[in-house]
This record gives sequence, C-alpha cells and structure tokens, in this order.
Amino acid sequence: MFDKESLKKLEQEKARWESTTVEKAIKKFPERYEKFYTGSNLEVDRLYTPLDIQNIDYMKDLGFPGEYPFTRGIQPTMYRGRLWTMRQYAGFGTAEESNKRYKFLLSQGQTGLSVAFDLPTQIGYDSDHPLAQGEVGKVGVAIDSLQDMEILFDGIPLDKVSTSMTINAPAAILLAMYIAVAEKQGVSPDKLSGTIQNDILKEYVARGTYIFPPEPSMRLITDIFEFCSKHVPKWNTISISGYHIREAGATAVQEVAFTLANGIAYVEAAIKAGLDVDEFAPRLSFFFNAHNDLFEEVAKFRAARRLWARIMKERFKAKDPRSMMLRFHTQTAGSTLTAQQPDNNIIRVTIQALAAVLGGTQSLHTNSKDEALALPTEESVRIALRTQQIIAYESGVTETIDPLAGSYYVEYLTKQIEEKAMEYIQKIDELGGAPKAIEKGYIQQEIQDSAYKYQQEIESGRRIVVGVNMFQVEEEPPKNLLKVDPEVEKIQRQKLNNLKATRDNIAVKNALDELSKKAASNENLMPAIINCVKAYATLGEICDTLRRVFGEYKATVTF
Amino acid sequence: MQGARPIRVLIAKPGLDGHDRGAKVIARALRDAGMEVIYTGLRQTPEQIVEAAIQEDVDVIGLSILSGAHNVLFPRIMELLREKGVDDILVIGGGVIPHEDISFLKQCGIAEIFTPGTPLSQIIDFIKNNVRI
Repeated sequence: MFDKESLKKLEQEKARWESTTVEKAIKKFPERYEKFYTGSNLEVDRLYTPLDIQNIDYMKDLGFPGEYPFTRGIQPTMYRGRLWTMRQYAGFGTAEESNKRYKFLLSQGQTGLSVAFDLPTQIGYDSDHPLAQGEVGKVGVAIDSLQDMEILFDGIPLDKVSTSMTINAPAAILLAMYIAVAEKQGVSPDKLSGTIQNDILKEYVARGTYIFPPEPSMRLITDIFEFCSKHVPKWNTISISGYHIREAGATAVQEVAFTLANGIAYVEAAIKAGLDVDEFAPRLSFFFNAHNDLFEEVAKFRAARRLWARIMKERFKAKDPRSMMLRFHTQTAGSTLTAQQPDNNIIRVTIQALAAVLGGTQSLHTNSKDEALALPTEESVRIALRTQQIIAYESGVTETIDPLAGSYYVEYLTKQIEEKAMEYIQKIDELGGAPKAIEKGYIQQEIQDSAYKYQQEIESGRRIVVGVNMFQVEEEPPKNLLKVDPEVEKIQRQKLNNLKATRDNIAVKNALDELSKKAASNENLMPAIINCVKAYATLGEICDTLRRVFGEYKATVTF
Repeated sequence: MQGARPIRVLIAKPGLDGHDRGAKVIARALRDAGMEVIYTGLRQTPEQIVEAAIQEDVDVIGLSILSGAHNVLFPRIMELLREKGVDDILVIGGGVIPHEDISFLKQCGIAEIFTPGTPLSQIIDFIKNNVRI
C-alpha cells in the first residue's frame, strides 16, 4: 500500500526518532515494563507505522464489506443497515419461569431469544434421574418433554423471533421439539429462524456436556445439516464455538485456531456424508468470546473472518460466497468477571462488547455484573442489555463500517493472529484433524498450559485484575442474588409422573423402537426423533435409546 | 503439621457441570507445591468421589462445582465420609458459591470454601496448615 521510497524514508526517520526523542524520554522516565504484551501474550511494540503492514495487499487481504475475504465484515452495509441482534442467554427453573423472563427481555427491546438449558437436559437426563439431583433448573431451564417446550414458548410467536438454543449432544431432540411447538402454533419449519449450538467437538475439549462417542455424534450433526437444508432452510445448524475454548483458558490465537479446526472437521464430515459444500456451509455459524484486550479482540474477529473465507474457498472449493462468510455470535468473557467489587464488571463488559461490535459481530450477549456470584437478577440483566443499547445508539461506532481498519496496530495484529492460528491448524492437520488431536489430548493440553500461565501471571502481579490483585477493598457480602427455587426438582418430577400416566405409552414405545432401528442404520435420524417428541417421549427416554445403540463417551483426564 | 511423605490430594468435580479450568489449575498448582494430586474428571457422584478418596488414601479432598448443586452434593459427600469412617480427610471446596451458602456448608464439615479470585498461595497455605497428616 506504500511505495518503496517513502517506506525507506520512514524507516530512517523512525530510527532517528528512537535514538533521539525516545531515548531522551526513556532516560528521564523509563517505560513501565521492559516488554509489553497483549492480553494473550503477543508482544506489543511501542509504535506501529506503515512499516509493520507493508506486506498487506488491500484488495487481497481486506477487500470490501460483503465481499471476499470478508475481513471488513460480511454485510455490505453492516450496522448502517441493521444493528446486531441483542440476544441475552437466559433460562432457569421451570419452563413457566423462563417463559416469563423471555417475555420481560422482549419487552425491554431484546431482539432475539437465547435459551439456557439446565445440565440434566444438556446431558440427556430427565429431572428424575439420580444424577440430576441438585441440578434441576439450576443453570438453565429444565426440559423433560415437548410439554415443557410448549410452556417455554407459550405466547411467543416463533415466526417472529429468532431463537438460539445452547444445546449440543441432544441438539437434534431440542430442535425436533422446537419444530413440533411451531407446528402447533401453525408455523411451518421453513419459517423458523434460529440456531442450535450442536458443536460436540468443543464439548470434548472444553465444555463437558457430551453424551455419545465422536463418531455417532458427528453423524447426528451431519443428519441435522442434511435435514435442515431441505426442511428448515433459515436455521443455523451449528454454532461452532470458540467461546468455551477461550473460557477454558485458551489465548485469542488458540481460540481462532481450535474453533476453525473444529469447523474444518464438520465440513469434512458433511462432505464425507455425501453433502455438497454449498448446500450446508451457508448455514454454519460461529460463536466467539470477547475478552478484555480491545484491539487484540477486534483483530481476532477480523482474522477469523479472513481465515475462514480462505479455508472455504481454497481448501473446500466452495463457490457460493455465503459458504465463505463467517457469521458469528459473541458473548463477553465470563471468566473475566470478578466476585470482588461486582460493579466493576459493568465496565469490563462495556469494553468487551465494544470489541465485539468493532469486530463486526452479528449478535451479542453481554454478561451481567453478578455472574461470578450467581445467576443474574432481572436488574443486572437490564444493565447488561442497556450496555449494548448505549453502544448501539449513543457511541457512534456503528455509523461507518469496520472503523478500526487501517490502524497500523490493528492490521498488524490481524495478520499476526491469522498467521499464528494457521500454524496451529497445520499442526492439527498433521495430527490427523481436530477429532484426532482431541483424542490425543493435544488441544486440551495446549489450553490447560495457557490457563495455568494466565493464573500464574495474576499470582505474580504481572497481570493486573482490578479489585482482585490490586485496588482491593473490604466488602460486605453481596445481597439480592437470584436463587433458584429448590422446589423446581419436585415440580418437574410431578410433571413427569403426570405425563407418563396420561400419554399414549404404546405410541411412545413404538416411536422409540423405530428410533432404535434407525440409529443402527445409516438413515437420517431427524424424522424418527420428531416422531418420538410428538408422541411425548421424554428427553431421557430418547437419549437412553440412543445410548444403547451408540454407547457413551469416556473422557481422558489430564491436568 | 506436614509429615515426611507428600500430602495427597484428590481434586474432584461433583455434579454435572463441565467447567474444570479452575479444578485443573489448582491441581497443577498443588502438584507444583510438592503435593501428590489426583484429578477425578467430570461428573462424579458423591459415592464415586468418596470411593476414590479411600482408594487413593488421600489426606485432602478439593471439591469444585459451578453448577449451583453444592448445597445438595457437598453435604452428601461429608455424610458418606463419616459413614465410611474417613472423616479425618480435610475437605475444601470452591467454585461459584454464594456467600450466604458458606456457613451452611461449613456446618456440614467443609473446612473452607474458596470463591473466585482466591490466590493459589492462600489455598496451598490453608492445606499445609490444616491437613491432619
């Protein structure tokens, strides 16, 4: 972008500046550290100039918004056309309580729903399973059958809202329930829009809510890809998630690398299952973390977009530009929230949310200030939502596209992250792809090493966390935390008993037997799963049927 | 007081949550501090945890939970330890645990609850000062 002559001149001038002006200043006031680093430990220079981005080719590396390689954004007009979807992850207790919270959020100007399920639901156990004890309704809403799902979306028109569901191992079942609820509302599947997380590989690596071994899990995923491409064309069939990988301790580079490596594995699995890349790839979506280091995070989002576009075009020979677009949801980094001085978290979330918006996110969840302590109260969720609204309507950052492009620092970082992530992806390719690298424990070990290093930096004081290892105060224990009613478990058990006493149990048995047969064959499982949920088979019954055919995943433990 | 042999610690994840960044960081820090550490992995029932503690002959159990099920699962673990006659094991806990639950958990026999932001050195010192070995 710069001619050779002026770069040469600049190089000389920079050397002069360093040896005179800077030298003099440093003698008087030394810099705070000998070396500086980003939040993810990339070294940061004192100053960036055109010298640091001389290898960037504008048309090849940046291009225009809505065009390959999408570095500057996936839409031609970005937020000038439409703002991102404000989508707060919520759910707790019973379907009735969560339904109330969703209606509250929609009334406050939220534009999409995001369903949190409790852990028994995520791991495929009914609320009356022994392992569900103490967990029912705790970190999300308890869903045992279609009946709960009908209550959850009662009075919410499914053709008008888009719904994201954080569900992985049993994603096919919850999607089937959603389709069945919509049908009862008179909404056909082709009108539905939303997302299922459906990303099992990162469950093995970082999040832990796996059920089945990798092979049948990947089959369930590709069955969903195929089914949705025909019947639910507006549905995002997967949300390939770096969020939890980052939360587990990965760096920004590792987040991009391991997420895209998982993405590559899903694309390969679908192609192997006989699907055409442009048939399913436009519905792949991503989910990233927004951490504290503003510029590094913006660079990360831009790098991820460019890298994915290149992978899809060059490696998988996609032809449809939509197959190359990395569309993503962002959540601010839960692991950066502190239990100490919780009000400080509002400021952390603001910076993180700003990074997501400057990085071109399609939807955003902002964490609430009290989430290092408990589930958020209605009041703290409102502040979190208002944070997004202030960025959207008052800060002005939305009025032009990709406003940090051209910053010598941000462009340099974007390139750095892309290159370093690509090195990891090559290493993972050498190990035989993401599933193999996970099986060998390679990805887990890399993340654990980063997590340990991060904690040691806090211990040594080189990494400062305000209110934790600096600027501490004596505090009163926080009050007014949200408490989930322990009665939920009893209520859910009661509902299950009633359901089992009133449904057509022969129809249930037939539907489950049919599913069992299909699971042992190569046929797409979605129609059989939809039959099961419509017969009011419970989530646990459906998962147990599949467990008997598929077996269960056993993790290898390292630390 | 610290004896001649290294302190043996079981880091355990009761409940269904998959967040074990903290458990793993602490396991590693205790190992670096000279202790022998076993980590159970995810989704352990109270029965499995107590069984592992007996099998491995540990001096300390560190429980990590972020799902909110601590008020059910921690007391159950303490009850089983008493039943098996191994309630001399020092039990500590950590995770997302609201302040108002801590006194109840201590009454059940948990020696200390370490909430987010606790320095690793504080946990190491607590173990060294309180382990019965």
